[in-house]
Amino acid sequence: MTKEWRPRIVAFFCNWCTYTAADLAGVSRMKYASNVRVIRLMCSGRVDPQFVLDALTRGADGVLIGGCHPGDCHYAEGNYKMLRRFQLLKRLLRDMGIEEERVRLEWISAAEGDKVKAVINEMTDQLLKVGPLGLPQRFEEWDKEVTRLEEEIRGGDAAGAGCACAAKLQKPAAASKSEVAHV
Amino acid sequence: MSKPKVAFYWCASCGGCEETIVDLAEDILGIVEKVDIVLWPVAMDFKYKDIEAMPDKSIAATLLNGAIRTTEQEEMAHMLRRKSQYLIAYGACAHLGGIPGLSNQFSREHMLKFNYEDAPSMANPKKTRPQLKFADGGREPTLPELHHVVRTLDQVVEVDYYVPGCPPTPKLTNVAVTALLENRLPPKGSVIAPDIALCDECPRKASKPVNTSFTEFKRPHQKLMDPNLCLLAQGIVCMGPSTRSGCEAACIRGGMPCTGCFGPTSRVRDQGLKILSSLCSNVAPKENGEIDKVLEGIPDPVGTFYRYGLAKSLMRRKVNLPVK
Repeated sequence: MTKEWRPRIVAFFCNWCTYTAADLAGVSRMKYASNVRVIRLMCSGRVDPQFVLDALTRGADGVLIGGCHPGDCHYAEGNYKMLRRFQLLKRLLRDMGIEEERVRLEWISAAEGDKVKAVINEMTDQLLKVGPLGLPQRFEEWDKEVTRLEEEIRGGDAAGAGCACAAKLQKPAAASKSEVAHV
Repeated sequence: MSKPKVAFYWCASCGGCEETIVDLAEDILGIVEKVDIVLWPVAMDFKYKDIEAMPDKSIAATLLNGAIRTTEQEEMAHMLRRKSQYLIAYGACAHLGGIPGLSNQFSREHMLKFNYEDAPSMANPKKTRPQLKFADGGREPTLPELHHVVRTLDQVVEVDYYVPGCPPTPKLTNVAVTALLENRLPPKGSVIAPDIALCDECPRKASKPVNTSFTEFKRPHQKLMDPNLCLLAQGIVCMGPSTRSGCEAACIRGGMPCTGCFGPTSRVRDQGLKILSSLCSNVAPKENGEIDKVLEGIPDPVGTFYRYGLAKSLMRRKVNLPVK
């Protein structure tokens, strides 16, 4: 990365409380870290754990979910559904090696513009300390072990050697890793 | 006219998929009559070099089972892809990574160290590890290298169809092979099984509560289960709601919950996250502490929700593991 790295946070805010609070922060001219990309959903209960992982695996460094305070959900129970998912998702992510700071759930009411500001600033600071997640780059790094053979085969084709696996098989000495050479 | 050529191949898997081919019983005779088997290492004697010598695309279909985790398997996947018109990922390991995919929770070094040094059943005082090559009487035999990451077949080469299951049922295998022989093929990339959740064909479907509410989760050995009641209604983690149907609920008919081997339906990207979402939403308590107490009944979410699908999940692998 040539540019200085700054954390990228994807935020899922519910329409009735947290998104309205973010609006309030805006009209109140509050300044907060510009590291967050807000996506408005009707309810925090709409946040499928797949959304969280989709964001992280496509390059987000953190995910922030904002919903109404317990008891205040516009749909009565949506935020509880999110809370329960979040409790197990946290454990699953920990087991998969993702730091706890990267996924955060906050209850922010429509009147709490200052809380939006505080939470985003705090999360940005924490992620600056934790560093980049960079899953797309990690996947690329992992897959180098299988792109080698693919490139070799393509190279063989380009050179008009027909099947590069064939070329490899005919030279068992060169195919040091190939069990095919035992046959 | 010569008969279409078919190949069967086995990568990182237990062999259960090969067993299913045999479980076709008399039906296999009908299939064998219509095709020429050109490669089937587990049952018949063929040489890789004979396949290598065949023109590209000369095999009508290859049914490949097993995940890809060694350089040899990777190479064979490429070769069979090239030689086959249709490459079919056969069984949960080729389709989703399967049980071998669970090792994506550990580093290669961790696995080699455990298996060759620390395992209680291992006596290896010199701590010998498999070598990629060694000199022996003027020859230099080689072994394939173990990859750091377990992959599904379609993470290595292009796949035309998937036959799901651990193992696939003889019935679905028959459907797939017949479709191939009669050239009645679904769109490329299809999973050869109904695109609806397992609950749809579950014999206990009628007893599934409209409002599931979990006050505890129990594992099958911790509870005397009612043989007719929906397993979710009994607090047993059943993967049915986020798993594709097609097995005719074999495990549930046998008194055990679904563990998810058919993978998700086409509308779901990540089977494990989807069942996590579904189960947790229906946990009864509303306070953190009490919620956690209920969720303690799922001690290993990765192993439970990604029993077969870790390699194919969004994260694929524990993300902080090395590849060196």
